[in-house]
Amino acid sequence: MSLYASRRGANSAATTLCWVAAVFGLSWLALILGSLVYEGVRGLSPAVFTEMTPPPGSKGGLLNAIAGSLVMTIIGVAIGTPLGMLAGTYMAEYGRYSKLTMIVRFINDILLSAPSIVIGLFVYEILVHPMGHFSAISGAVALALLVVPVVVRTTEDMLLLVPGSMREAASALGAPRAHVVAKVAYRAAKAGLITGVLLAVARVSGETAPLLFTALNNQFWSSDLTAPMASLPVVIFQFALSPYKDWQQLAWTGALLITVAVLALSIAARALSAGRRNSK
Amino acid sequence: MTRAAAVIVLVILAGVIVSLVYGSMPAIQAFGFGFLTSQAWNPVTENFGAAAAIYGTLVTSIVAMVIAVPVGLGVATFLTELCPHALRRPIGVAIELLAGIPSIIYGIWGLFVLAPFLQSHVQPALISAFGDIPFFSTLFAGPPYGIGMLTAGFILAIMVLPFIASISRDVFETVPPVLKEAAWGIGATTWEVMRYVVVPYTRVGVIGGMMLGLGRALGETMAVTFVIGNAHKISGSLLAPGTTISATIANEFTEAVGDLYTSALIELGLILFVITFFVLALARYMLMRIEQKSA
Repeated sequence: MSLYASRRGANSAATTLCWVAAVFGLSWLALILGSLVYEGVRGLSPAVFTEMTPPPGSKGGLLNAIAGSLVMTIIGVAIGTPLGMLAGTYMAEYGRYSKLTMIVRFINDILLSAPSIVIGLFVYEILVHPMGHFSAISGAVALALLVVPVVVRTTEDMLLLVPGSMREAASALGAPRAHVVAKVAYRAAKAGLITGVLLAVARVSGETAPLLFTALNNQFWSSDLTAPMASLPVVIFQFALSPYKDWQQLAWTGALLITVAVLALSIAARALSAGRRNSK
Repeated sequence: MTRAAAVIVLVILAGVIVSLVYGSMPAIQAFGFGFLTSQAWNPVTENFGAAAAIYGTLVTSIVAMVIAVPVGLGVATFLTELCPHALRRPIGVAIELLAGIPSIIYGIWGLFVLAPFLQSHVQPALISAFGDIPFFSTLFAGPPYGIGMLTAGFILAIMVLPFIASISRDVFETVPPVLKEAAWGIGATTWEVMRYVVVPYTRVGVIGGMMLGLGRALGETMAVTFVIGNAHKISGSLLAPGTTISATIANEFTEAVGDLYTSALIELGLILFVITFFVLALARYMLMRIEQKSA
């Protein structure tokens, strides 16, 4: 075989393998979504949204789990977002070149991909253990700790994209620094900031591990933040591993609901930031 | 005020470390360094060791990387060099969506769809194919349970694939076009351009991306918990059930009675955090270097 032919052969072998890899990767997405829809839709009924999680063998829905997930996600995002935004603002606006920013960026990136179960253990140590029992509020704090790094990252990135000339123009008109940041930089980066929050919501709404030993679970309706609270992921975990067919069915349905919500959020976030990029 | 918020990020990390060390003190005092090497895990006699969990964590992560790295690099190459322009964005987004699916979904899918499939189709074939070859015969020994280290590694591979693929794509795009054009100009094939120009230029970043994927795989909890089988023993076979650090914590923490049991689990968490911290720090450092190079 000539050198030319062997080089051509190696090339087509390699490119074919790349095609195969791409198809392989995409087929997993299709397979997972396919079986989710197939298994989940069967259990979809109005009862899912109106009834509490049942004991094995009787009818029920996921109402308290859905409500618990919403409550804890909202509180978690409400705590984590301002903190993350402020930190991101410092890094992009005030201390852009300071040593602190470098360190915080590095640590933040590590927290971004740190195992969430470790965050759960941390919250257990600082909140659950002293309080003596599991509670919804400690679940929300655990989620907030996962929101922070996502928001810090996107806030910093988006504020850095705002052109410096806009800030200079505002400063030249005599606007104080705080006004420049709040009225000019924030406004210019608004779509990006919202994207960050959406991504954070998407990230925490499927989190299970940190909730396992902070919020635990609850079979009943609960609006008490200091008591254990049900959440969709934990219910899925518990029901999927149970031997009961109707519980497993509810787990599939819950999984479908979460996935649809998470994918919708991340697609919305992407559309928002893409729209911004095109308009520039 | 904004500076205070930035400092809080640092405080969170410090708090995590301090509280984990504090929580694991009873176990550290009771078992010392033996904790890392002991395979024992007996809640009744309160004798705990982390070796089986650490072993499982490492093995499942290695299996995941063996599968995900070549596929991830292939996908990244496909996206930067081969894919028709119109499809680039949708396929890139689809791969990234794979990263956004919550891990519990991978878990339930792994338990009900993937594990039975592997049990009835793939594992028997592996056992009979490698049964007579030394080394591989221990790797693929035992009955096909479906759940076990191999299945967990496989699920992890699917989960880290999008990270490796999208980071590799991003660093591939930092290669100045003029370098590739020069190689094409002297008649190099696409494969040769990738192999001798793009990969050497981006090596540090690609390795950083792999380490980031590895960090994810090491700490992943829910998906693994579903399919690992939860057996506290070290087995040479990939088909055997095992456990990982995070799966042990997830499964046993709420059932743990007694301070020593809880403390042992928290020490496991501390070990996991230390391992992932170093892997992730190294990954970020490498990615930072490639960013500076492109700037």
